Amino acid sequence: MMVTYALYGVAVLLALAPVAIVLAASPRASSVVYGAALVASLSLCVIALASLFGQPAAVSATALPLGLPWLGAHFRIDALAAFFLIVVNLGGAAASLYALGYGRHEEQPQRVLPFYPAYLAAMNLVVLADDAFSFLAAWEFMSLSSWALVIAHHQDRENIRAGYVYLLMASFGTLSLLLAFGLLAGSGGKYAFEAIRQSHLSVALAAIVLMLAMIGAGSKSGVVPLHAWLPLAHPAAPSHVSALMSGVMTKVAVYGFIRIVFDLLGPPDWWWSMLVLGIGGITAVMGVLYALMQHDLKRLLAYHTVENIGIIYIGLGLALAFKAHGMPVAAALALTAGLFHVFNHSVFKSLLFFGAGSVLNATGERDMEHLGGLIHRMPQTAFVFLVGCVAISALPPLNGFVSEWLTFQAILLSPQLPSWGLKFLVPAVGALLALSAALAAACFVKAFGVSFLGRPRTPAATQAHETDSNSLAAMFFLAALCLVAGILPGVFIDALAPISHALVGASMPHQSGLAWLTIVPIAESRSSYNGLLVFLFVSLSGSIAAFAIHRLASNRLRRAPAWDCGYPDPSPATQYTASSFAQPIRRVYGTSLFRAREIGEMPPPGSTAPARLVVDMHDLIWDGLYAPIAAFVGVASERLNVLQFLTIRRYLTLVFSALVLLLLVLAIWP
Amino acid sequence: MALIRNLALQGSEMLLVLLLAPLLTGFVRKVKARLLRRRGPPLLQPYRDLIRLMRKDVVLAENASWLFRLIPYIIFAGTWVAAALVPTFRGGLLFSWSADLIAIIALLGSARFFLALAGLDVGTSFGGIGSSREVMIASLAEPAMLMIVFAIALIAGSTQLSTMAAFMASPAVGLRVSLGLGLIALIMVAIAENARIPIDNPATHLELTMVHEAMVLEYSGRHLALIDLSSFLKLLLYVSLIACLFAPWGTAAPDASLLELLVGVAAYVAKLAVAGLLLAVFETSIAKMRVFRVPEYLGAALMLALLATLLRFVSGSF
Repeated sequence: MMVTYALYGVAVLLALAPVAIVLAASPRASSVVYGAALVASLSLCVIALASLFGQPAAVSATALPLGLPWLGAHFRIDALAAFFLIVVNLGGAAASLYALGYGRHEEQPQRVLPFYPAYLAAMNLVVLADDAFSFLAAWEFMSLSSWALVIAHHQDRENIRAGYVYLLMASFGTLSLLLAFGLLAGSGGKYAFEAIRQSHLSVALAAIVLMLAMIGAGSKSGVVPLHAWLPLAHPAAPSHVSALMSGVMTKVAVYGFIRIVFDLLGPPDWWWSMLVLGIGGITAVMGVLYALMQHDLKRLLAYHTVENIGIIYIGLGLALAFKAHGMPVAAALALTAGLFHVFNHSVFKSLLFFGAGSVLNATGERDMEHLGGLIHRMPQTAFVFLVGCVAISALPPLNGFVSEWLTFQAILLSPQLPSWGLKFLVPAVGALLALSAALAAACFVKAFGVSFLGRPRTPAATQAHETDSNSLAAMFFLAALCLVAGILPGVFIDALAPISHALVGASMPHQSGLAWLTIVPIAESRSSYNGLLVFLFVSLSGSIAAFAIHRLASNRLRRAPAWDCGYPDPSPATQYTASSFAQPIRRVYGTSLFRAREIGEMPPPGSTAPARLVVDMHDLIWDGLYAPIAAFVGVASERLNVLQFLTIRRYLTLVFSALVLLLLVLAIWP
Repeated sequence: MALIRNLALQGSEMLLVLLLAPLLTGFVRKVKARLLRRRGPPLLQPYRDLIRLMRKDVVLAENASWLFRLIPYIIFAGTWVAAALVPTFRGGLLFSWSADLIAIIALLGSARFFLALAGLDVGTSFGGIGSSREVMIASLAEPAMLMIVFAIALIAGSTQLSTMAAFMASPAVGLRVSLGLGLIALIMVAIAENARIPIDNPATHLELTMVHEAMVLEYSGRHLALIDLSSFLKLLLYVSLIACLFAPWGTAAPDASLLELLVGVAAYVAKLAVAGLLLAVFETSIAKMRVFRVPEYLGAALMLALLATLLRFVSGSF
């Protein structure tokens, strides 16, 4: 039943795309399209909520006569799909609401409007798909529609390049997934997920499928070293689409990984978790270090998505480790932590991209070095952006902290794991996670401090204005969600119980019945956390302090020029900039990881040229992995180019020898 | 009845940390001055400073935002709540279950996050230098602290501070390598977190090496009083933390009688005095390091803590 309703919702979104093409010229087009997308996303969200909370164990499936004739298109909603539908459509609804205001400023709406609903529909279809063919078709549709949105502003050459890299990486990822599903389906071609679940792969084949899934889904979600497209493509799209790509599409990719590895692939081997954990830990730290080096606000946010994906994969890797060693309760904790972070990240990353979009709209600038002091001109945007920054930095009492706290609790359970490899790897991953959490706070002090605080660095920042009410409504809604998920995490953890029950065979203890809405992952003597009380305590003691001091001591206030140790400089150029703020961290971490060097160029005596400080940095992953591959492809195609200009005789010889070779192979094959 | 008693005790502990915090700082200053053969300010000087500051007008920089005025209260509230969650003279805090040690560290992290924002708010170069160095130091100190928590939590089988403290007071602990490494790392982190020599100098102004003082340069009046009080509280918090984990002697049981409670308070004050004395001696005998030596120092703390955790993972007997 539920799946039918959901498909109707998707059909509405799909139908919106041609409507948008027709309407695109009219001035009301963006209101109509985003309004309809908002309604459709909200309805899909309600459907998903109903199926997750209504009958969590129930599975609703249907088949449509589309796609491969002997297969049809299968769709299905189980607990996992319902959860990711909520993530997709909550993000979709918020983005549509935001775009009701933001989209009006779009200069070329015909390049955005038709693809937007199609993109939403595609993400829904990936989650709903129940056979390999529809899954891959929806996946590729999702890639292509988002690619169209990435190059919406095609006048900028950077965006075209971003779109090109994105297209290449997306095709590569889909190719890996295609091979993975090919192996899963086996020679019989059983593409329906139900049939795949019944069949069992040999150990070696399962390992190859795991790697292919890691490459395919991983490249889409942006794990290091397959992340290179992400910080180019996500910021290039219009901001509400950036929010969807960063907040939602990466989660759809995580869904693909969970579906393949936890559901379709059968019981895991213990070393799988080593792979996932190692990649997760490296991704988390590298992502945040890359983010710290950026001064483009949207690119910083995109790089930071890489970090959070790493945290999610750490949770998933721990869940795999516990599952492989037959510790279902611990696996449930780790999986819940990962999934909760999926939800949390989709909320605050969308919020932050919306905030960046509002800044872009108000000032025309994405470069933080040209911003500053926006808190005075855009107080409401500044407030919600700050909430997002606190949440993403994993600080209590907001939601980011809870999911990281759960991940830490899962790590603390892992000494019981018997394998030696994990005994060494897990503490190291724990240290990487702790490092990335601390660096994330540094990153967002920089993002918020340089863009919103201080003095305006350009006239554009001086003349910024508050954003419109629709955009603000969307941002305030997400900020409220950050707080609610932070102080009432028990509700969310309970909602995830059916998923972990289905995937790892156990779930965390029931939380919502506990006194004061505390969360207790294992036992109260072990650990517990109560976001509500922490929030209450902090706000109470802060208010008491403010009240007491204002009443008993003094409440007078004078304005005066800044003190600055007695030497205030009126020029805003004397402030710390984004790059100077990151300089100590660049020096500590970047010297080896980015080969960062600072070169002071002093003019010779007598010259009036200014002295310059040049910072030289290298993206070693790009230089070491992508550039050689690109060079190899270039050389190889140059060589093969000869084949274009052969005589017919030589072509026939080539065809004939290829045939003979293939027949030989067939003859020798056992 | 038990609840009222517990509430009263919790309230008295919250007040006690608030009242003792300036005294501890005053004591450290006094001992340092005596070690340098100076007379030094009176013990109660920090209280007088706080009261004087609170009565003064706030002189706010012209382009300071609403956030700048809010931040002192956020920092104070976060630090005070964190300090109230660390057992002082008696175990088994009433609200211990509401936040475990990881959450306490994160609460202090929130306070630091906002303090670093305050440094950037007015848009002066000193504020920026303080903030950017503070987050660099925190980016190493915080993971080191979490690794220490991991090592101790794995021994005690809990991240709940009251349970950890009770375990550390029990004879089941014994001498362990990982605990020793954890203690050294914890002391190193505590020195860095509290902006003490050799990381930062709490007594300097107008010096390019300052970190904490640079961030709060634009604060005055009651705002500055709150921030100072928060840093006093933070020092007390770290001393209480080290005391309750590594020197749990004399701490009163949760259901102790009045006499036992008094003994607990006396023991606690004695521990604070010893810690203050050691800190003063240490600070007097060492020179401040260059700011880019700090990562090596904190990296060593991180490695020690990681080693402690790793040992626990490898074998239960370390």
